[in-house]
This record gives sequence, structure tokens and C-alpha cells, in this order.
Amino acid sequence: MASILSLRKVCKTYGENTKNPTKVLFDVDLEFEESSFNAIIGQSGSGKSTLLNIVGSLDRPTTGDILFKNESLAKLSKNDLAAFRNRSLGFIFQFHYLLPEFTALENVLMPYRISKQPITDEVMNRANELLDIVGLGNFKNKLATNLSGGQQQRVAIARSLINNPAIVLADEPTGNLDSDTTEKVYELLREINQKFKTTFIIITHDRTVAEKTDRVIEIKDGRVYLDISK
Amino acid sequence: MKLAFQIAKRFLLASKRQTLVIILGIAVGVSVQVFIGSLIAGLQASLVNTTIGSRSQITITLEDEYITDYQNLVTLIDNSSDNIRVISPTLTSNGSLINNDNSESILLRGFEFSTADEIYKFEEKFIPGSEFPNALNEVALGLNLKENLGIDIGDDVEFLSGIYGNQTFKVVGFFDFGVNEINNTWVITGLDTVQNIINEGNVVSNIEMQLNEVFDAEDITKLEIETGISSNFKVTTWISENQSLLTGLQGQSTSSLMIQVFVIVSVVLGISSTLAITVLQKSKQLGILKAMGIQDGDASLIFLFEGMLLGVFGAILGILLGVGLLYAFTTFSGTDIPISINAGFLALSAGIAIAASMIAALSPAIKSSKLSVIEVIRNG
Repeated sequence: MASILSLRKVCKTYGENTKNPTKVLFDVDLEFEESSFNAIIGQSGSGKSTLLNIVGSLDRPTTGDILFKNESLAKLSKNDLAAFRNRSLGFIFQFHYLLPEFTALENVLMPYRISKQPITDEVMNRANELLDIVGLGNFKNKLATNLSGGQQQRVAIARSLINNPAIVLADEPTGNLDSDTTEKVYELLREINQKFKTTFIIITHDRTVAEKTDRVIEIKDGRVYLDISK
Repeated sequence: MKLAFQIAKRFLLASKRQTLVIILGIAVGVSVQVFIGSLIAGLQASLVNTTIGSRSQITITLEDEYITDYQNLVTLIDNSSDNIRVISPTLTSNGSLINNDNSESILLRGFEFSTADEIYKFEEKFIPGSEFPNALNEVALGLNLKENLGIDIGDDVEFLSGIYGNQTFKVVGFFDFGVNEINNTWVITGLDTVQNIINEGNVVSNIEMQLNEVFDAEDITKLEIETGISSNFKVTTWISENQSLLTGLQGQSTSSLMIQVFVIVSVVLGISSTLAITVLQKSKQLGILKAMGIQDGDASLIFLFEGMLLGVFGAILGILLGVGLLYAFTTFSGTDIPISINAGFLALSAGIAIAASMIAALSPAIKSSKLSVIEVIRNG
């Protein structure tokens, strides 16, 4: 299968210009294939979140490069990167990060509105459909703050998909949910992966969750320690 | 742009109390500005009106001589400037009025009432029963002369001049200027009565004017009037005779302006610091918006729009408050200061408040564009 994202000798050092620079990532080389379902595991401090931030172009590598469909991200400007994230990536964070001032439906539409295209019936239908898929069709006009943790996380999942991204990045998406909800959220992500052929890269510290994915990458001390595909 | 505006609106509505406090802060600033500005403008207009509203603002004389051929001069001057509201020739002489044993030295002033009344507003100042002294040898007197000479309307009174001899006048009215100097000494009559007494033919001693823009008196004199007439004429303006009044007015304007400037500065500082805190409060939201790909410029626009919205509503509320304050002041203070509420000034105050609010939002806007997603995500 074709590679959608590759990391080439990615290093990350924090506090480069200080007396005690901290090197977090060491020459990481990784390839992700289209419509694959990947898990990145590792202990806290291993560098897995830093890796996800770099993959998500929220942070730039100190050295090395990232290729998206064989195009380098290194030479893109800050605004071009923002446009790239908006078009091609979906984010699901541990702490939901919905905009509490907006309703569930408005939150789902937010990435689309950021792209500055006019809202069409087609997009509205898609947003409603996504909310139905995550089981929140009846809650779409509720303010984000009035939803439970699990509901908010499911809105975040719908939101990450609205622009038909090639890749969805999730950082501990079930980190503060109970085990039943966790199970449901992963079933949902898997379903979406199969339905929309979206590539998923999920950070988790939960090995049982990781075992349900196609590929498990373990990061240890800033290096790829294990890389197992099923 | 539309999205940034909508986010700004939602942010403001989400923390209603905080928004209301900022709007109130702006409103109080604007209302103080409106109140002080209108009050000072009203005071100045009233002061200018009482001081020079009923007197000649530019006077032309010929030293030690009467002005002959004055009609042509009046036409010439009137055509020289658009700013002359009214122009009127007068003839003034000295003498005494005598009634029985009472004698008062007076100033005998002959007017063309059709124009002079626009300068001196005699009609408003006549006591009831008075008439204009239009016929030859009819006079109207300052109110104080009524008691000092013991005369009344309809009486005859003797005018005595060392140079020109005697003349009997018929009293047809009294006027009250509210100024003792005038009420004690002025005797007004038609131009022909005085011309008849001094016997020099058709002459006048002064040409008097009032202006549309009183503060331009010096410029009008120098640039327009003096260029057209002989340099033998002496031109005096109210400004050269009232330097202290003018200095007072300028001082008042400056202090009013200073108060307004400091009010605006404090409003700007207030909004700026509150919005800076808002950026921190909303850093989570900004972080997620940036992760989703909002451009830095649009992130800044959110806070500029917040500033603008706060400014618009603050200005509207402030103008209402300010006008209310002015109304309360005129109703309950017991003073009769005529307050001038000028729509242009209100619009200017509102415009300044909105501009100031947007300037105040600049630094938070820059801060929000510089905010890094990573910081927000890492610090949760």
C-alpha cells in the first residue's frame, strides 16, 4: 500500500540555546501507510506526544523532515502549515478541547468554517451524518459545556472528520473516559477507519487498546523501540 | 472574517458579566467625555453670548473726525466678507440730560434701528410700554436714568451740550441691558436726531458689525476688511479689547480637552488589560482553533472584533448615560447654564471610543497571534 506520511531522521531538542538542551527524539524514521490504523505506545516522557505533535505539524522537528504524500513539510510557512492541518489532518485530543461557547453541531463545522468555504447543504448534511455516526444526533444543538465527557469526545471525533482528512491524529483519546466508553470510542474509530479509509495514528498507554490496532509502535527514550505489524 | 466576528461575539456572550463590566467602563468614560464636553461648550457659548452677543464685535472709526459718505463704506465692507452677519452705522455724542433739578451726563447714541436692533437686541430689552424712538427728537433711556432723573414714558426732557446747545427730547421708552454702565448713561435715538444736533450733515462716527464666527474677528479684520478701506480708518475688534476673556476661554477649552484625553487613556488601559486576561482565559480555545488550522491573522481578528464590539456598545450606552447626566444636571442643579448637545460632538465621542477600544485590543490581538499551539496543548 502507498505511504501517506514518512518521517526522515526526525530529531527534536528542547531548549537548544540554553545551557541544558534536552533531546527528546533521536533520528526517528517511520512510514505510515494509507488507511492504516496505528498505535503509538510508550511511557510518559518517552517522547510519544512530541512525536505526534511533530507529525501533526503543530511543532517543527529540530532536524530531519516529514513528507506528506512525498511532499516535504519543512519548507511550508506557518500559514501554509495551518492550511495543511485544516485540509489534511484531523485532531482528537485527550481533553476534548471543544469550544465551550459553541454547540455540538457548530463545533463539528468549525474546521470547515476555518477553511473559509461557504456552508452548503452538503456540508450540513455531512455534519449531521457524522453526529449521527457518533450517536449524538439528538444533542447537536446543545452547548459543548452541557455534554458529558464521553459525548464531548465523540463530538471531537465527528469534528476531526468533517474536512475528510487523510489522517486523524489522536492523543490519548480515551485518557479520561471509563472503560465501557473507551471500548465504544475505539469501536467507533475502527468503524470510521474502515468506512472512510482514513489513516489513524493513536497515542495510548493502554496495551489492551493497542492490541486492537493493525500496528503498534513503541517509543522508548526518544527512539523507536518496537514496531510490530499484524 | 465572518468566523472571527462570530467567535468574538460568542466569547463576549459566554462571559456576560465580564463583558458588561468592560462595556460599563467604556460607557462611564464616554459619558464623562460627553458631559464635560457639552457642559464646557455650553458654558463658553453662554459666556461669549453674554459678553459680546449684544455689542459691536468689529468697530470702524475715523480719529477725531466724522465719517462722511458712510453708505458707500458700509456697502464696501459688507461685500468684503461673508462672515459679517450685520453691519450698522451709528453716531455718538456726549451731553447731559436735565429734568427739574436732576442732571445726568449721558452718551447720546443715534442708530439705524433696522440694523442696530440685530446687534443690540433693543426690542428684548425694552421695559413694557416702550417704543422705538423712530421720530425726530424721540429718545429711549437706560433704566437707571428713569429713577435718577425722575421721569417716565411720555415726559419731555432737556438735552444740554456745551458745544451744540440745547434740545428737548420726548421719552418713548426705557431699556434694561443688565449692565449698569449702559443703564446709567445710554440715551438712544434715531440717527437723524443726533445728526441734527451736531449739524455736520449726513455723517456717522462709528460703523459697527457682528460676525457669524466671532473667534475669527482678527482674521476677518486683517485679511478682508482692512484690505479694502483707507488706512486712516481705525478698526478695533472685541478680541483686542477682551484679551483676558479670550485667554480664559482658551484655558477652559484646553482643560476640557485634557480631561477628555485622560478619560480616553484610562478607558484604553482598562480595556487593554481586561482583554489581555481574556486572551489567557481563551488560550485553550485559541490553541484548538490553531490546531484545526485557523490562520494567525484570523486569530488576531477575533480580539480586534471583541474590542470593536465592546467599543460600539460602550459608546452607545455612554452617550445615553452622558445625555441623561446632562438632562439631570440641567433639571436638578438649579443653574440655567444652556447646555449645548451637538450631534457632531456625540458622533466624535463615539468614534473616538470605538477607535480607542480597537487600539486597546491591538496588543491582545498580537498576543493571540503569537500564542503557540504546543504551549497550550502541553500545559492543558
